[in-house]
This record gives sequence, structure tokens and C-alpha cells, in this order.
Amino acid sequence: MIARIGCLVSVVLLSMSLASHLAAQGFAGLGTRADGFLEPRADYRFSFPKDHGAHPDYRIEWWYLTANLKDETGTVYGIQWTLFRTALAPGDVVGWQSPQIWMGHAALTSARDHFSAERLARGGIGQAGLQTDPFEAWIDHWSMTGDPELENIEVSAKAEDFGYALSGKASSDLVLHGADGYSVKSASGQASYYYSQPDYEITGTLTLPSGPVSVEGMGWLDRELSSQPLSEDQSGWDWFSLRFDSGDKLMGFILRGRNNAPDFRSGTWISANGAVTALTPGAFQALPVETAMVKGRRIPVKWQVMLADRDLSVTVEALNPQSWMDTSFAYWEGPVTVSGSHTGTGYLEMTGYE
Amino acid sequence: MISAALVALLSHWRRHRFQLFTLVTGLALAAALWTAVQAINSEARASYGRAEAMLVQNQHGYLASTTGSSEQLQLSDYVALRRMGWDLSPVVQGEWNIAGQQIDLVGFDFLNPPSATLAEVASPESSPSAKTGSSALVQFLQPPGRVLLHPETAKEIQRAETPFSVQLSTRVPPGTALADVSFASRVLNRQKDLSRLILLSPPGAQDLASLPNHIQHRTGPPMGGEMAKLTESFHLNLTAFGFLSFAVGLFIVQGTISLALEQRRGQFRTLRCLGVSRRMLCTLLAVEITLITFIAACIGLIAGFFLAQALLPGVSVTLSGLYGAPVTAGLSLRPSWIISGFAMTFLGAFVASSQAFFTLWTLPVLQLPSTQARGQKVIRSFRAGAFLGCGLILCGFVALEILDSLTGGFVFLAGLMLGAAVFLPFFLNFSLRLGKLYSHRPLVQWLWADTAAQLPGLSLALMALLLALATNIGVSTMVSSFRLTFLGWMDQRLSAAIYITTEDDAQGRAVEAWLRQEQNQQPGLRILPIRYHETTLQGGKIRIYGLRDDPSYRNNWPMISAQDGAWDAVFQGAGLLINEQLSYRLGLGPGDQLNLPSGWPVKITGTYADYGNPHGQVLISMSQLLQNTPEVENRRFGLHLPPSEVQNLINRILEETELTRENLTDQTSVKARSLAVFDQTFRVTGALNILTLAVAGFAILTSLATLWNQRLPQLAPIWAMGVSRRTLAGLDLLRSLLIAALTACLALPLGLLLAWVLLDVINAKAFGWRLPMHLFPLDWLRLIAMALLTAGLAALISAWRLFRLQPSDLLKVFSNDR
Repeated sequence: MIARIGCLVSVVLLSMSLASHLAAQGFAGLGTRADGFLEPRADYRFSFPKDHGAHPDYRIEWWYLTANLKDETGTVYGIQWTLFRTALAPGDVVGWQSPQIWMGHAALTSARDHFSAERLARGGIGQAGLQTDPFEAWIDHWSMTGDPELENIEVSAKAEDFGYALSGKASSDLVLHGADGYSVKSASGQASYYYSQPDYEITGTLTLPSGPVSVEGMGWLDRELSSQPLSEDQSGWDWFSLRFDSGDKLMGFILRGRNNAPDFRSGTWISANGAVTALTPGAFQALPVETAMVKGRRIPVKWQVMLADRDLSVTVEALNPQSWMDTSFAYWEGPVTVSGSHTGTGYLEMTGYE
Repeated sequence: MISAALVALLSHWRRHRFQLFTLVTGLALAAALWTAVQAINSEARASYGRAEAMLVQNQHGYLASTTGSSEQLQLSDYVALRRMGWDLSPVVQGEWNIAGQQIDLVGFDFLNPPSATLAEVASPESSPSAKTGSSALVQFLQPPGRVLLHPETAKEIQRAETPFSVQLSTRVPPGTALADVSFASRVLNRQKDLSRLILLSPPGAQDLASLPNHIQHRTGPPMGGEMAKLTESFHLNLTAFGFLSFAVGLFIVQGTISLALEQRRGQFRTLRCLGVSRRMLCTLLAVEITLITFIAACIGLIAGFFLAQALLPGVSVTLSGLYGAPVTAGLSLRPSWIISGFAMTFLGAFVASSQAFFTLWTLPVLQLPSTQARGQKVIRSFRAGAFLGCGLILCGFVALEILDSLTGGFVFLAGLMLGAAVFLPFFLNFSLRLGKLYSHRPLVQWLWADTAAQLPGLSLALMALLLALATNIGVSTMVSSFRLTFLGWMDQRLSAAIYITTEDDAQGRAVEAWLRQEQNQQPGLRILPIRYHETTLQGGKIRIYGLRDDPSYRNNWPMISAQDGAWDAVFQGAGLLINEQLSYRLGLGPGDQLNLPSGWPVKITGTYADYGNPHGQVLISMSQLLQNTPEVENRRFGLHLPPSEVQNLINRILEETELTRENLTDQTSVKARSLAVFDQTFRVTGALNILTLAVAGFAILTSLATLWNQRLPQLAPIWAMGVSRRTLAGLDLLRSLLIAALTACLALPLGLLLAWVLLDVINAKAFGWRLPMHLFPLDWLRLIAMALLTAGLAALISAWRLFRLQPSDLLKVFSNDR
């Protein structure tokens, strides 16, 4: 999931003229060369809690929580809390001269509504940042706090028309994607460091225009960092995190090639017993079944997802097809329901649709 | 019938083309002058508005350090407020010395821009680099940085190599640079503090209550509004000038319309006899005047536009010189002044023709046309005018007493000028009768009497001349007094021989150390650091300067009033001096206390003149300044040394220190530059002066021309009695000069009174300084000569016609005599 939106953030993104960049450099400039930045290496071994913190020598990085929630009446919601870091240059200094830029995205989705908000801040002055002991990731008054191991977290965001304050308790171990967290993103070798905590038991309160609602459900935290996650011939991605009622979980993504370049597909199977299996390249399949007009563009909002090894063939359908993140770098992100050979819920993220 | 009547009425203008020309020109002149002034005003105001919109969308106000608080707004304050949920956009603003220029650098957080305008301007669509695909925003954020400049400012700066990239936008106020906060904090060396925090959303009452003590919410505009306030007086001044010219133009119009109605009385009688009702006749005449006014307004508007375009560069120099207000030199069409131009022209035409219409309405149908001097009736109207004039002047004095504001000053001026104008015919009539009383030769007696008989037809034009002349004398006396005072003040104030401005504090320290060594070899050298702290006091910007005890201050400073031992008190840390502007603004003087925070001295021991500075200024001892604001920058020095050593020291500084010629200014060039700004400042005033006088000259010309036909029956008998045409023409010229001279006699005291009001009342209220009045009799002579020349030239045409008149024409007068 490199491709996590996060990428959006990438430096070049900041240009705000997405279209021209997409044409030239892949979504959000993620396909540009990363001079001076460190590149992920296959032999790297994570060291926690240190690696929960920021890595300013890499160009981009994010802390990405999504959760599928339900209130007492059975109404279904999804929330997103994301902190993106993107660097104009490697390293960091204290003060306005810091080359680090932070971006926060928060969203709350129901079948009827989709609220989203964005915050931008510069590093070096304390307006946004990361600390590891205790853990805190923040931008302005939005924050995710927790113990250094991220076993218990508190996350909150507040915008003009919505807000939430949620607690999460991890019920399984961290999952390292790819080869011990080294996640390959293209045939030409682009890669990222990528790990997740896919099992947070979440409780808390959503603030809706109609008032506060108590909710509970499951959350999924993604951590990813890289310096050049997309190859130049990739235009965007479709990313799935699915949680089946059987207790199994699936993370799968397609990095779409441009100009007839082949798509790059990969993912991770997480069994109910906690066993983690990296999918062989190409094993994960997802085909758009139905599209919807979202903000003037056609976006697939219903997918057929297949994994032959696991006898999996499911329909993944957006809870709210209009889950458009109308932020500086716009993308689609929202909760989904799963039906077919397996049933469950999850989150879908799609970028690079023009 | 209606159309036939209208054609008949309009045929008058075909037969009196010159009269039509006069009418249209008068109206167009009035409209043009008014429009030009309005156009200049609205352009200048739009410039301030643009500056404000660019810098702040200020509906929610901003946070800044509490007035007078010595605690600055810190970066940590901003972060703490942000983390509490405040939606804020930080600003770092300061003076930036770049390429020998000093410009206002405003740093914003381009990630959280305070206005949509700024975001839009900074977006790549408006940047040439967008085409190359690199990101404009990133260039703003990343060293070496990018700066947004008005093209005019960029021209000045880009003569030097700049280490940053420049993006041009006409929406940036001239003299201002906009950049990302990272750039501004870097070049201004302000990494830890901020100038203010602009609110991006409305604050809740609770939020406001939770603000730390040293931070205050303000809703007043931090810059644009101040500009508008400062320059208000200037615009009021221009408007007053425009109105004066407009009024002078209307004198011409009224004269012409009255004459045209008078001349057409016979025609009206015929039309009435043919069955045109009085109502219909008036309606037709109204249509006629509306038509003419419309044409004149169009011409006036176009002329006004070009006039404004010609004057605007001067105005923008004035505004930036006097107030530091940025105004572009380009002019754009704005509905506000186009509408105002049309409205004023129609209103003016209505006012100018109302008397004529009233006469027409009340006119008995069959009364014969009469162009005879109106005898006793006229004298009565002169007397009424004299009473009215005195009344108006009195009202002016009352207004000055009651309205303690700039408006009061202008009402007084209006009362004085109008009153004197209305009083003029009585004064002239009285003088002429007096002259007649004391003359014995018949021809001379006739000259006095004839001149008096001309008065009713000429009085309006003479009023215009009076106003123009008095304004000229008043304004030129003011400007010359100001200039003289300014020169003297510069000598006192700029006493150091060399001024040094270094790039930063470190360079400042190095230069000071070098100068100290130099002092060992040159005992005559005295080094006076110029250091100040800028803050706000009761809503206005002030600078607090720290002074080291030095005879150059004690001996030369241009004090206006001071207590005994004022300087001793300052240097002992017990007192302070304030400039005249601040003294006026706060209504404080020696002995009063200035509302500075604790720790600062507060007792005012003296006030001093500080011309040309729009802001308040406070002088305290250097030790007091450093005690309160130890971090105050140390970049400027004044060096005192014998004049013979100046060039030598400059050379040594350039050779032995890092300083370049741009860091040094010698006294002579500061004075020259200041004087150049000063002179440029009043160029507009000069231009308007000449224009007003020209309009008055034109008014006299038209009056004499329209009187021409009435004159013949009066001249013919004199000619018949043996006075040659040459003598008659000479007498005619003499008569014009006589009344112009008499008018000038009244204009002189009126002009001096006007100068006094401008210097002592208007200046004090508009600029915050009072100026001593100096008299320049040679200037008056020149102006009076100009007035006589104007009147003479205006009379030349009719004198020439008289000289060339065929005897048969004069004889016809008798054959046609009724």
C-alpha cells in the first residue's frame, strides 16, 4: 500500500496542479527521483518503538488509521485519521527552516454522509510532529497518542462539521508486509517499508451534526515510509484492507500502470490465528464491477476481489460511493462491505483517477 | 409645435457659437477637474484596499501582543494556540534592506495562507514556472526562496543580483514583498517571534477569554486601515481642491446660462405669444440644458481621465513620500468616479441654471428685454451679498470652534472662501465709487462709473479670480513656509556627517568595533548608534529610540517646547521626548505622562518637530531602551566628524570593512534626496493651482466676451464725444486691470488667512505638525502680476475688437437707438 494516499502528500503534490504532474510524474509526483533521500533496503530490520516515530531522511511517511464502526442502532460508520509527512529535503532542523511538511486528513463516513477535513503544517516549530515515548502523532489539535508499543491508542480530530474521539486496544501483533516489512511496489524495484496493526478494538464517540453517537468496531493502523514509492510508469493505485467474519484479513493493492504498462499487484494474507503470508506477485486480483460519478470523474465503487489460493471470491462495495476526500490532493477513501465467498467489512482507497 | 419651439430655442446656439463653446467648456472644465480628483482618490483608495485584501481577509481580526506589552508574540504562542484548536495564520513583518532599497517584507505561512487572494497569486497558474512543471509553492517554501513583488518594486530591486527568485504580481502593493514565513524569518532574522496571527475563522468568546495576558485580539486592520486613516486628510484636501475648481467652473456656466436666457427674452416673448405655455417653455429649456450638460459631461469625463493620468504619478510620490502609502501609477476606469462625475456635472448645471429658470418662471410675459444696468436693484443685491459673505465667514469661524476636527478646518475654509467671494462685488463697487469720488477729470470719472456699471456682468468671473488668486497665495505661502521650515529642520535633525546601515547585527558589531579603533586615531569622531524599538501605542505605530548623551542632540534637536532640564531628565532615565505628531494624537505635552508599560520612562519632558513622519516617535536614553528591550537591533550609526574628514573616512570604511557604498549615506545626499521628495510632493498642488487660475482667466474672458454686445451702446456716445477708438480700447484694458488689481487687493489678505489656516489648523490636524508661517512678498507680487496678466489677456480680445471697430458700427448704435 504504498501507495497509500499518503503519497498524495508527496512533495510535489504540494504544487497543487495535480493534473500536469500526474501526466509527467505519476500520481502526486511519487514517481520522481529522490535525490539525497534514503531508499528502503531489503535487509533493514525494524526496531520498535523507535520506528513508530518519524524518519525525516525518507521523503514520505504516514500514520494511517481507518476503522469500521457501528452504533447502538446498528448504523454503520467509517472513520479515517491520517498524518502524512513529506520532506522537501532530507533531515530536519528546529524552526521555520525545517524542510518537513505535515498534512493531516480526517474523515467520517456513513451511508448517507461523508465529511472530510485537512490540516497543513510545517515541521520544526512544533505545530505537527511525532514523538515515541509516549507515542504522540499530532497536527494542531488533532492527535493520536498511545503507549510506546502502540498497544493502546487514543485518536481524536475535530473539524467544523464533524469530529471524533476514539480509544483503541490492539488485539494482535504487528504485521510486517512483504519481506519483513520491505514491500516491493513495482517490477522495477520501487519499494517501501510497510507494517500494520490490523486489529484495534475501537470504542468512542463520533460527533455528527445531529449530535454525539457512541460507537464501537475494529480499526486498522498502517505505517509506511519510502522515498520513491511509485515507478515512473505508474499512475495510481487501488488499495483494499478487508476483515472477514472468519477472522482472516486481507491487504491487497494494485498499482496501475500507465500507457499499457502492466499493473503491479501484491498483498498480504493474515490468518485468524495470526499467521502472515505475503501474496505472490499477481495472486491478488481485483476487477471493477460498477462505477459511479464522483466529483466529475468515474470511479469504481464496486469490485470483484479474488484470491485463488484461498478460494476467495468476494464483492467489495462502497458503503457510500461519494467518499471523496476533497483535499489538496484529492482521492477516494471509504468503508466497504464484503459479500460472496467471505463476508465482512473493510476500507478501500483509490488514487490517481482523473 | 413642440419640436418647432425646440428648434427655435436651439437656433440661439447656432447664432452664438462662442457662447455655446463657453457653456460646454465651463461645464466640461468643472466636470474634468472634479472627475480627475475623484479618479485619483478612488485609485489611491483602491490601492490601499488591494493591499489589504492581499495581505489580510480581515473579517475576523488578528492576535498580537498586548498594546504596550514588552513581551513579544512568540512562535511558541502560535504553536500553543494552534494546538488548542485556533485557526490562525502567522505573519512576520519587517523592514528589509535589499539592493539598497528598504521595503516592507511580509512573511506568511503559505501552507495556511490568510487570504484566498494570496493563495491564488502564489498558485502555479499565475507563475511562469508552472509551464516547466516545477512547483511554485515548493519554490516559496524552500531555500533560496521566492518573493512576490509588484512589477514596479521588482524593477528597483532586480538591478542587483538577488539570491532568490521573484514572481511578479500587480496585486502586491508597491514597496512590499510577500514571501513565505520561512524566508521572512530567515532574512529578517526573526526565528522566534511573530508580528501577528491572523484569524482564519471567527473566535469563540470562550477562546478569547482563554488567551494569555500578553496576547490581545484586535479587529482593526493592521496596515491597510492605518493607511486609509493616515491619508484621509490628503484625500479630503484633494477633494476640497477639486470642489473649488468645480465651483469656479460653475461660475462660468451660471454666467453663460443667465446671459443666454437674457438674450432670448425676446424670443421667449414671441414663443409665449404663439401659444407655448410657460411650463412647456421651461421644459424645453430644461431639455436643452440637459442635452448640453450631457455632452459637456462626456467631454469633461474624458478630459478628467487624462488629467488624472497625468497627475497620478505625482500623487503616488506624494503619498509614498508623506505617508509611506503604496499607490500604483496606473489608472483604471471605475464606475464610482464616472457616476460621481456625471452626477456632479448635472447637479452643477442645475444649480448654475436655477436662478435663470426662476427668473424665467416669474417673468411677466410681455416685459421688454432689458440689458440696462439694474441701478439701485443691483446695489441692493451687492449689499445683500456683503451681508451673506460676512455671515458665511462668521459661520466658518463658528465651525472651527465647534468642530474640533479636520472637517471643522475645511468647513472654515469653505465659509471663508465663499464668504469672501460673495462679499467681493460689494467691495469692488465700494472701491469704485470711492475712486469716482476722488477723481475730477470727466473721462476718469466715466472710467470709474463705467467699470462699476460692468460689475454685475463681471462679478461672477471676478469671484472666480478671487478664489483662484487667494488659493494660489495661500497654498504657495504654505508650501514655501513648509519648505523653509523643513530645510532648517533638516539641518538640525540630520547633524551627523555619515549614516551607516549594516545588513545585520553581527555586521553592526563588527563595524562599531572598527569605528572605536578609528576613534583612537581621530579624536574628533563621535559614534552615535541609532537604535529603536517599534511597538504600538493606543492603536498607532510608534518607534522608541534610545539616545546616547551627545552635544549634537542637546544643541541641535528641533525642540518645540521643553521643560527645564528636559535632556538631563532623558539621559538620567527619568523622562522622554515625543514628536509633535504623537503629542497631537494623544493630546499630551511636557509634564504629562505617556502610557508606556512599567519599566519604561513615562514622563514627557519635551516635544520636538518631526516633519514628514507619519508615525509617533519617542526618545529615551539608550540605557533605558536596552534595559527594556535588550534584543533591539544595532545596525544603524550616525558619525560626527569634521567635514574635511568625511570623504577620507568613507574611503577607509569602504576599504577596511565589509560595508559597501549602499550601506553608507552622507548628510548631503540625505538632504538632497529628502528635498527632492518634498518638492515632488507638492508638484500636484502646483499643477492644480495653475489650472484654477487658468479657469478663472477663462471665466473673465467669457464674461467680457458676452458683455461685448451690451457695451457698444455705452461706448458709442463717448466715442461720438471725441475719444478715439485707440483710447477707448486702452481704457477698456485699463479697466480690466483695475478690477483685477482691486480683486487682488482682497485676494492677498484672504490668501494669507488661507495660508494661516492651512499651516496652523489643517496641517496640525492632517499631518500632526504645526508650521511657522513665513511671508514671501516677492511671491505675492509674482502672483498678482500673474492675475493682472490673466485679466489683461482676457480683456485683450475685446480691446482688440474695440480698436478694430468700424466707425459705422459705432454709428449704427445711434440709428438703432431706441
